[in-house]
Amino acid sequence: MTIRRTWITLTYIVFTLLLIIPLIEIFTGSWADGWSGFIEGLTRKQSLHALQMTAMIVVVVTAINTVFGVMLALYLVRAEWIGPRLKRLLNSIVDLPFAVSPVIGGLMIVLLLGPNTVIGSFFEGTGFKVVYALPGMILASLFVTFPLMVREVLPVLQEIGAQQEEAASTLGAYSWYTFWKVTWPSIRWGVIYGVVLTVARTLGEFGAVLVVSGNIMNKTQTATTLVYQDVENFNVVEANGIALVLAVFSVGLLLLMEWAKKRKEVH
Amino acid sequence: MNVMFRSKWWSFGFRSAIMLYFIVLIVLPIIGIYSQSVSRGFVPFWESISDPLAWKAVLLTIKLALIATVINVLIGTMSGWVLIRYRFPGRRILNSLVDLPFALPTAVTGLMILLLLGPGSLVGELAEKLGFTIVFHQPAIVIAMVFVTFPFVIRAVQPLLEEIDKSEEEAAYTMGATKFRTFFTVIYPSMLPGVISGAMLAFSRALAEFGAVVLVAGNIPGKTLIAAVYIFGEIESDNAQGAAAVSVMLLTLSFIILWTVNLIQARRPGK
Repeated sequence: MTIRRTWITLTYIVFTLLLIIPLIEIFTGSWADGWSGFIEGLTRKQSLHALQMTAMIVVVVTAINTVFGVMLALYLVRAEWIGPRLKRLLNSIVDLPFAVSPVIGGLMIVLLLGPNTVIGSFFEGTGFKVVYALPGMILASLFVTFPLMVREVLPVLQEIGAQQEEAASTLGAYSWYTFWKVTWPSIRWGVIYGVVLTVARTLGEFGAVLVVSGNIMNKTQTATTLVYQDVENFNVVEANGIALVLAVFSVGLLLLMEWAKKRKEVH
Repeated sequence: MNVMFRSKWWSFGFRSAIMLYFIVLIVLPIIGIYSQSVSRGFVPFWESISDPLAWKAVLLTIKLALIATVINVLIGTMSGWVLIRYRFPGRRILNSLVDLPFALPTAVTGLMILLLLGPGSLVGELAEKLGFTIVFHQPAIVIAMVFVTFPFVIRAVQPLLEEIDKSEEEAAYTMGATKFRTFFTVIYPSMLPGVISGAMLAFSRALAEFGAVVLVAGNIPGKTLIAAVYIFGEIESDNAQGAAAVSVMLLTLSFIILWTVNLIQARRPGK
């Protein structure tokens, strides 16, 4: 019994030092200069703009990666037109963004689409900026978050098998109809979990976006890159205000994650 | 509508669009960075990676990531074990908190460490009195890495612990094995694949970490400048080829790790 108590106490100590105290610090730190400092930091023009940018990127990236992620997972599990070997290869490629440092992810996009490249200068000629503008930031976030949805949906699809879907389509159901009536109900919680993960990762993306955006205030600055700039300029109170907003969202997402995980296990 | 969805051309177009998106988004950028690193031939490539600042940054990153991984293996194995095996008040809350580092933006993590351990903070002052500083020195980098990679080992160990056959353990007890011996001969071997793959994932994430580290490291070349921050600096000073060369070193290492983890997980019985 004493051994048991020691282990539990040790675990509590680790969690308190590593997770609980830092979390409390974020929530109390923003009030260090009182309510007014917090409000002032948040209502600066650049803060509002940065939060807007982040919100926009989160919505676009989550929508695109949800649709493409679910479709790709479907193909990687079900498609007969991809050979098993190619499937295995594609399957391992899905994970590559996990191994890429965000800074390198950003660099890749700059190297491919930057103003000095063939594709980049072509777009520049048509008046469409990719790098140091919103499209590049969206691309960078898409790259970084791509595996999350696929990795959530793929195992569920493998587990449920194809019999029900085949039955539905032999009975004459259209493929779209089969998807909504047969496939969707079983992958639903996996997809929701994937959406939460994608939102969390996009919200917090920093390295890739910093490189691609150039971090131009009121233009390409996101919430996380503004926190970085504020800290570099010693505006700790302002940085803390935005960090608090981000942390509140993260904790909310964490609770959603727990909820979705429970539902996923039940179904 | 449905006639359209069933048409061959439509489904062909749809398939191609998904595959094209996949290839363009993931594969093309990776090919791009490898080709860019040798775009001016192998001599400049070699010069970029043999620059003492570059390889010192890479070596430092590997060293600190290793330390962070060892710490996470120890506290992660323990926490994973305690959270699965014991029932105690607050267990569910702790178990949900494990994922916090995944949900929290890394820039926020960096700021948090700065506030908690930086100059002027309680811990920072205390460390100062004892004659060492945490923030802007190597300890801060290790702390940032440990925080960011905390969930990996726990989440890799937990499903394996749940699967362990209790009867094996009981058999060991009845045959007179001590608790200690049972742990190392029965339980630990079945946890090991999880510990290894969790550790490797944590290591590769620690190698790649940027956001949390850049704010707390001080980024002094040769001392606290890690690879990701070095690459960022090279990009800022418009040296794309140099940045690409160091990136390729880091990427290759991460790809090997990821590939090994996949191999280990594929070999797991029952999967």
